[in-house]
Amino acid sequence: MKRWLLCTDAAIAAGLGLLILMGMAWPASAADGGAALYRLHCAACHGNNGLGGVGMPLALPDFLAVADDRYLRTTIRRGRPGRVMPAFTQLRDAEVDALVRHIRGWTTPQAKSPPLLKARAGSAIGGKPLYAQYCAACHGTQGQGGHGTGVTFSRPRDYPILAPALNNPGFLAAASDDMIKTTLARGRAGTPMVSFRDKGLSDKNLDDIVAYVRSFQKNQSPTAVPVDEPAVISRVSSYSVEDTVAKLETAFNAANMRVVRTQAYDKGYAPEGQENTKRMVVDACDFSLINEALKLDPRVGLFLPCRVIVSEQDGVVRVMSVNPKRLSVFFNNAELNEMCEHMSKTYIEVIEEALF
Amino acid sequence: MNTRRFILSCGAILCLAFGTATARADELLMARSPLAFPEAMSALQAAIKARGYTVGHVQRVDVGLSVGGFKTAEYRVVFFAKPEEIAALPTRLPELAAYLPLKIAIFAEGDTTLLTTNNPQALRQFFPRAGLDAVFERWHADVGAILDTVSRAE
Repeated sequence: MKRWLLCTDAAIAAGLGLLILMGMAWPASAADGGAALYRLHCAACHGNNGLGGVGMPLALPDFLAVADDRYLRTTIRRGRPGRVMPAFTQLRDAEVDALVRHIRGWTTPQAKSPPLLKARAGSAIGGKPLYAQYCAACHGTQGQGGHGTGVTFSRPRDYPILAPALNNPGFLAAASDDMIKTTLARGRAGTPMVSFRDKGLSDKNLDDIVAYVRSFQKNQSPTAVPVDEPAVISRVSSYSVEDTVAKLETAFNAANMRVVRTQAYDKGYAPEGQENTKRMVVDACDFSLINEALKLDPRVGLFLPCRVIVSEQDGVVRVMSVNPKRLSVFFNNAELNEMCEHMSKTYIEVIEEALF
Repeated sequence: MNTRRFILSCGAILCLAFGTATARADELLMARSPLAFPEAMSALQAAIKARGYTVGHVQRVDVGLSVGGFKTAEYRVVFFAKPEEIAALPTRLPELAAYLPLKIAIFAEGDTTLLTTNNPQALRQFFPRAGLDAVFERWHADVGAILDTVSRAE
């Protein structure tokens, strides 16, 4: 028995040693796997080759020249709250490093030099009018950035790149003063960001603008995270399924929405003619709202169409829909939050109007 | 604590550390396919069927997009489910009906195609006492595999 225990201990120790070795060896394999990690986590938004899409282009020489590894790491870790880019808190440090190395692989000789300009203490008061004159048109008066998601060539855009939100806590945590100053001085080729040194601004002017951008840190409003919202909007109807469906269609029309489909919930899944008519679905659309929403976030199709389900079970007729306000938190898009709140209100109004 | 118990404890802690690090779910899943929209759409529907699901409906989301200044009208939402689940699960958990069938939004971006969907694991937050964690986990694995297949399709 004692010998068995010793053998088992030896096996466990060997297994543990193997586990530890795997743990020690793991960062090296993660480093080699930067391309795979990029494909898994980044390519959908930033493009397979870093040329941008829903997210900003990363392979721009001027961007890679000023964005140091700390900026990239912090951006991956913290994201851009309320601006689509999520925080990748689940990644290991070695995975983040592998991603940074992969992105660095797009660096061209042009991007490797020259070094960043050194920022000096500037005056936010002095920077405020300069910001208003030179920066606000693209980056917004409060540094809120352009509307919608990043570059999406399938979507209407005024520029080939969206102006970043300079007041975003993720950006302010990631970007150094030197990086902001250098970007101001050199501009960024391939984007509308021009060199403001070429526009005649002095070193002191640039330092003052940096100080003003940094002052946005004091005025950050927390991103709404409606996690206490119910996931489902649900009401009980005192009418039959058939009558509730008819009243819903009327209520959708009254809300200026077009009913595009009324059918059994399991149509397309149950054999034809055997669908459950006690569980129905009414789909409706507000096409102008869809267009506006798609301008803010191309992923908004996941909310479409507006769908209300009418279901009878145990003699109770329930009317329900998803709650867009609850779902909006997944999109990390502050502009979309307002629209989702509007959609939730519309759902509630339509359902309650139908059940009145 | 004897040596054996110590070793077992260390092993358990290590396993937990490795296990939990990959357990966190992203709430929105996205993938990019190198295929143009029509081919990516075909690949998506084939991948859905290959995982044992039925495509019940494809919703067009392109009405008026071109008129509204969009450069493309290639945007669809694909609804899919397993027939036995679409029949049984809303009976077991009525409010789950609002989140079924599963769906993937697919739209063109230049010469490539983007796909996005809610992570089915998020349903665990919405219905924590439903006893359906294993189902949500399976959906998560299936949806991940579907997106992966389309993103690797050539």
